[in-house]
Amino acid sequence: MKISKEEVLHVAKLARLNLTQEETQRLMADMESIIGFADKLNELDTDGVVPTAHAIPMQNAFREDEIKESYPREEILKNAPSTDGDGFLIPKVVE
Amino acid sequence: MDIYQLTAHEIRDMIKEKKISSKEATQSALARIHAVEDKVESYVTVLEEEALAQAEAIDANIASGEAGALAGVPMALKDNMCTKGILTTCSSKMLYNFKPPYNATVTEKLLEAGTVLLGKVNMDEFAMGSSTETSHFKKTKNPYDITKVPGGSSGGSAACVAADEAYFSLGSDTGGSIRQPASLCGCVGMKPTYGSVSRYGLIAFASSLDQIGPLAKDVTDCAMVLNQIAGHDPKDSTSVNIQHPDFEKALTGDIKGLKIGVPKEYFGAGISGDVSAAVHAALDNMKAEGAQYTDMSLPLNEYALPAYYMISSAEASSNLARFDGVKYGFRAEKFDDLIDLYCQTRSEGFGAEVKRRIMIGTYALSSGYYDAYYKKAQQVRTMIMNDFTKAFETYDVLVTPASPTTAFGIGEKTSDPLQMYMADICTVSVNIGGLPAIVIPCGYDASGLPIGIQIIGKPFDEATVLNAAFALEKTITKVKPNL
Repeated sequence: MKISKEEVLHVAKLARLNLTQEETQRLMADMESIIGFADKLNELDTDGVVPTAHAIPMQNAFREDEIKESYPREEILKNAPSTDGDGFLIPKVVE
Repeated sequence: MDIYQLTAHEIRDMIKEKKISSKEATQSALARIHAVEDKVESYVTVLEEEALAQAEAIDANIASGEAGALAGVPMALKDNMCTKGILTTCSSKMLYNFKPPYNATVTEKLLEAGTVLLGKVNMDEFAMGSSTETSHFKKTKNPYDITKVPGGSSGGSAACVAADEAYFSLGSDTGGSIRQPASLCGCVGMKPTYGSVSRYGLIAFASSLDQIGPLAKDVTDCAMVLNQIAGHDPKDSTSVNIQHPDFEKALTGDIKGLKIGVPKEYFGAGISGDVSAAVHAALDNMKAEGAQYTDMSLPLNEYALPAYYMISSAEASSNLARFDGVKYGFRAEKFDDLIDLYCQTRSEGFGAEVKRRIMIGTYALSSGYYDAYYKKAQQVRTMIMNDFTKAFETYDVLVTPASPTTAFGIGEKTSDPLQMYMADICTVSVNIGGLPAIVIPCGYDASGLPIGIQIIGKPFDEATVLNAAFALEKTITKVKPNL
């Protein structure tokens, strides 16, 4: 499996990563070897095999939809990189 | 013998019998941290004053007769488990300043049981690694040889217990992250069945594989800690609502008639001769105790590692999407707009291995590759699980090496990611199957480095696994590191 520079940059865009030249080169080689390693899975015939998402069989866990107290706003905002005291501050997105 | 050398259950019993106080046990562990932490570097955060205050408060509780099951026992938590108001960094620049507003369920349960939190211990960044070298903060050393790695990703948890810097610790295990460092550091580590221990407040790596478990000085300690942390939690919808037995009481040491399967695929290429010999010697010890072992086959084992890296990286790429510089943690200083804020924050906040896993996972989930990689890996997961189910129709437990080699050198495997991934070759299939497995030391190589043996059990049959390990442990002479 050959991984092109364009593919690396496309995946990086999906993953919200800005890569340096050096990182891009490195990832081309690393992804090629790791994805190549995963190509080993193609040796197995999996036609008709049901995929497993979860090791232990279980159904949805439901609970009563009750109104409960949440965390105090100031407790949550303590970890915010930027805040005006009421919410999280981000760069303007609407003109 | 100094207090810090004692096991957690000895400390628990001595505090209960009022032979020592929690404060004395805490002071001894802190003194040990002062003495050896320069060499071992297992802690990200040491809570000296807080721990002493907590110990004094618990001593007062004990005096008034209100003490939990582990009253006064000092311990350390891996730095991906939330601790209210206490730094929880995942050993990443991304969370260098994160103080959770709540406790993980395991934190809450251990505090209710009366344990004292000594600090938070080092790990591979976001638990991605097998050597604790991807930590943003420091490289933890193996207490048996400080030029070697402690394993990973729970390297701090294993090293602090092996170095007697904590009486026990908790780690998390996604592909071997408790068991492989336990093997390399000569301590006891257990990954419980998926769903046995709540993951609420564990910063997620791969949600269908992650499980929290103890790293301890012996099997009794491991059972004792598991008793406290296992159980259903409404806050984790994947935690299972069953009645767990008393794991400590299950340690009878009687393994007469225990049927052990020994899968030959775990003894093939890449497994060192020392490791293979020590595991076989341990099997003979178990036979002498009345167990029977038979060579058998798990033919799909070689597919477990590639399936694991597809599934775990895909889940990681999704889980780590939340780190964007808005709600908590690191934010880049320079950015053009909102999207660039996300991109710059993630590019500067994540280390190379985390970025690599996010890229692999995003690739495996992306349009055009989803069926070929992610779905394919999940289908192989089904086939590997069927292999285990079939094996457990015949055998009570399976026994394998825990790591292909003893501890490797710092820097030895950092240039080639695939070579590092091979360090998990004995452990990942257990996570794919959601099974319980323990690792205990079963010998030492020519340079005195510990060799670990892995005992794998049926889902929710931790009791049998622990008892088999307990019986074996009695036949092994343990050697402490010389720090």
